[in-house]
Amino acid sequence: MENNQNQDSIRPPANRWLRRVKKIKSNRAGLLGVIIIAGLIFIALSADLIAPYSYKEQNLSIMNSPPSGDHFMGTDEFGRDVFSRILHGSRISVYVGVVSVGLSVIIGVILGALAGYYGGWLDQSLSVITDLTWSLPEILVALLLVAVVGAGIECVIIAIALTYWAQYARLIRGQILMLKNEIYVEATRSLGATDFTILFKHLFPNAIAPVIVAATIGIGQAIVLEATLGFLGMGAQPPTPSWGAMMSNGTAYLFISPWVIIFPGIAMMITVFGFNLFGDALVDIMDIREDTLK
Amino acid sequence: MWQFVLRRSLLMIPIFVVVSIIIFSLIHIVPGTPIDNLMGPGMTKAHEQKLVEKYHLDKPIPVQYYLWFKNMLHGDLGRSIIEKRPVTELLLHHLPYSLSLGLTAIVLSFVLGVSMGIISAAAKNTIFDHLAMLVALFGVTIPAFWLGLILILIFAVWLTWFPISGSGSLMSLVLPAVTVGLGGAGLIARVTRVSMLEVASKDFIVMLHAKGLGKRAILLKHILRNALIPVITILGLRIGWVLGGTVTVEIVFGRPGLGQLLITGLFRRDYPVIQGAMLILAMGIMMGTFLADILYALTDPRVRDQHH
Repeated sequence: MENNQNQDSIRPPANRWLRRVKKIKSNRAGLLGVIIIAGLIFIALSADLIAPYSYKEQNLSIMNSPPSGDHFMGTDEFGRDVFSRILHGSRISVYVGVVSVGLSVIIGVILGALAGYYGGWLDQSLSVITDLTWSLPEILVALLLVAVVGAGIECVIIAIALTYWAQYARLIRGQILMLKNEIYVEATRSLGATDFTILFKHLFPNAIAPVIVAATIGIGQAIVLEATLGFLGMGAQPPTPSWGAMMSNGTAYLFISPWVIIFPGIAMMITVFGFNLFGDALVDIMDIREDTLK
Repeated sequence: MWQFVLRRSLLMIPIFVVVSIIIFSLIHIVPGTPIDNLMGPGMTKAHEQKLVEKYHLDKPIPVQYYLWFKNMLHGDLGRSIIEKRPVTELLLHHLPYSLSLGLTAIVLSFVLGVSMGIISAAAKNTIFDHLAMLVALFGVTIPAFWLGLILILIFAVWLTWFPISGSGSLMSLVLPAVTVGLGGAGLIARVTRVSMLEVASKDFIVMLHAKGLGKRAILLKHILRNALIPVITILGLRIGWVLGGTVTVEIVFGRPGLGQLLITGLFRRDYPVIQGAMLILAMGIMMGTFLADILYALTDPRVRDQHH
C-alpha cells in the first residue's frame, strides 16, 4: 500500500491536461475567459444560422437607422444590420487571429528551439532579429509587410505571422537553453538518443508552456492588429465584413451613425479581454514562473 | 560614464545601417512600380523608359541602395515620385506634428501610468488597486484607433469641448495625446505596481520601517526611486509602440504627421516617401532606446560597469 503511493508520487503526472482542466474551474477569471473564447468560436462557426439578417443585403430605405427593436445595434450606411455583420465579422477575426498566430508559433518555435539547442551563428542572428522586432512597433512592421505582400486577408495573415514569430522564438530559446543541461537530457543522450529526439520529444513538452500562454494572449493582439490594418484599408476587401473594415467605413458617418463604430469596437474589446484573461489564468494553471514570460 | 555613452552611441551606427538596408530591400521586393501610378493616358513606352531612368529604377537593387544611402548622408532622401517635392522637405513639414504628439503622449503615459501604479501598490488589494488595474488593462487592450474615435464622439461631437480634428491649436493636441498616452499608461502602471511591490519586500525597506520612518516617506522616497528603474527601461523599449500608436491615431484625427505621410505613401507606392518616413520613425525609436539606456546607466551603476 505504502509502496504504491510512493510509486505514484515519483511517476510523471499521468494526465497533466486533465489536472489542468480541473484547475481552471477554480479560477473564475480564467473561466470567464474560456466562456468568452468558446462563445466567440461558436458565433464564428454558426454566424450563418444565428445572424438575424444577411451581412451583405442592402436596404437603403433604413440606412443609418439607430438601434431599435428590429436592428438592436442599428444599421450602417447601406441599411445593413450591424449586429449580423459583427457576428459574421468574428469569422475573419478568429480566422486571422488563429492562423497568423499558429503560423508564427510554428516558425518561432522551430527556429527558437534550434537556436537554443545548437547556439552558434543561428542563435546570434536570431537574437539580433528578435531585438530588432522587439523595439520596432508591430503596426509599422505589419504595414511594411503588407506593402510588400499586398492588401487582403491572406497577406494580413502573413504580415502578422512575420511580425510575431520572433517573440515566440525568444521564449522557447530561453526555455531550451535552461533545460538542455538537465541531467535527464544527459541520460537520454547516453542511451543513444539523437539530437532530434532529445530536442523535440524530451525538451519540447517541457519548454512549450510559456509559448502557449504568449500565443493565447497573442491571438487577441493579432485580432486587434488585423482590425487596425483593416481600419487603414489594408485588410479584408468589401463586402466581407471585418470589424476593422466596418469601423473604417463608419468613420465617414461618425456623426450620423456612431453605433456602426461603437459596437464592433466593443465586440473586439470583449474578445481581447477574453484571450487576456485566459492567458493570465494559464500562467496559474500550468505552473509557469512569471519571470519566464518576460 | 562618458565611455559608456560613447560606446552606446557608436553602436547606433551599425544598427542604423542594418535598419536602412531592411527598409530599403523590403520596399523593393514589392511587385508593381510607382511608375504605374504616374502613367497617364496617352503616354508611351518611351515616356515610361524615361521615368524609369530618372528614378534609377533600372539599376540593380544594391546600386540603388548605394545611391540612396550616399545621398542620404548629404541630407538628400530623393524626391517624392508622386508629389514631385524633396522627401526631406516633406518629412520636415510633417515631423513637428508627430513629434509634438509623440512627446506629449510619452509624458502623459509616464505621469498617468506611474501615478496609477503608485496608487495600486500603496493600496494593494483594495478597490482602488483593482480599479486602477482595470483601467490599465483597458488601456493596454483597447485598440488606439477605436479609442480615438470614441473620444472624438464623446468630447468633440457630444460635449464639443475639443476640436474634432486638425492640428492648429494646442486644444487639438489633447484628444490625440490622450488616445496614444492611455495605452502606454496602462503598461507603465502595471510595471510600476509589480516593481514597487517587489522593492517594498526588500530587506532595506523593512529596516526603514523598523527605524520608524514614516510610511509616506518610505513609499515616495525609497520604494518609488528604486522601482522606477524597470519602468524607465520599459518606456525606452516600448517607445516604438508610442510611435506606432501615433501613426494610426494621426489618421483618425486627420493630423498631418509622419503617419499620414507614410500611409498615403504606402497606398501610392511612393518609395522614396515610404523609405524616408520609415527611416525617421526608426531613428526616433533608436534615439528612444538610446536615451533609456543612458538613463538606466545613470540610475544603476551596475549597468555601466558590467561593460568594462
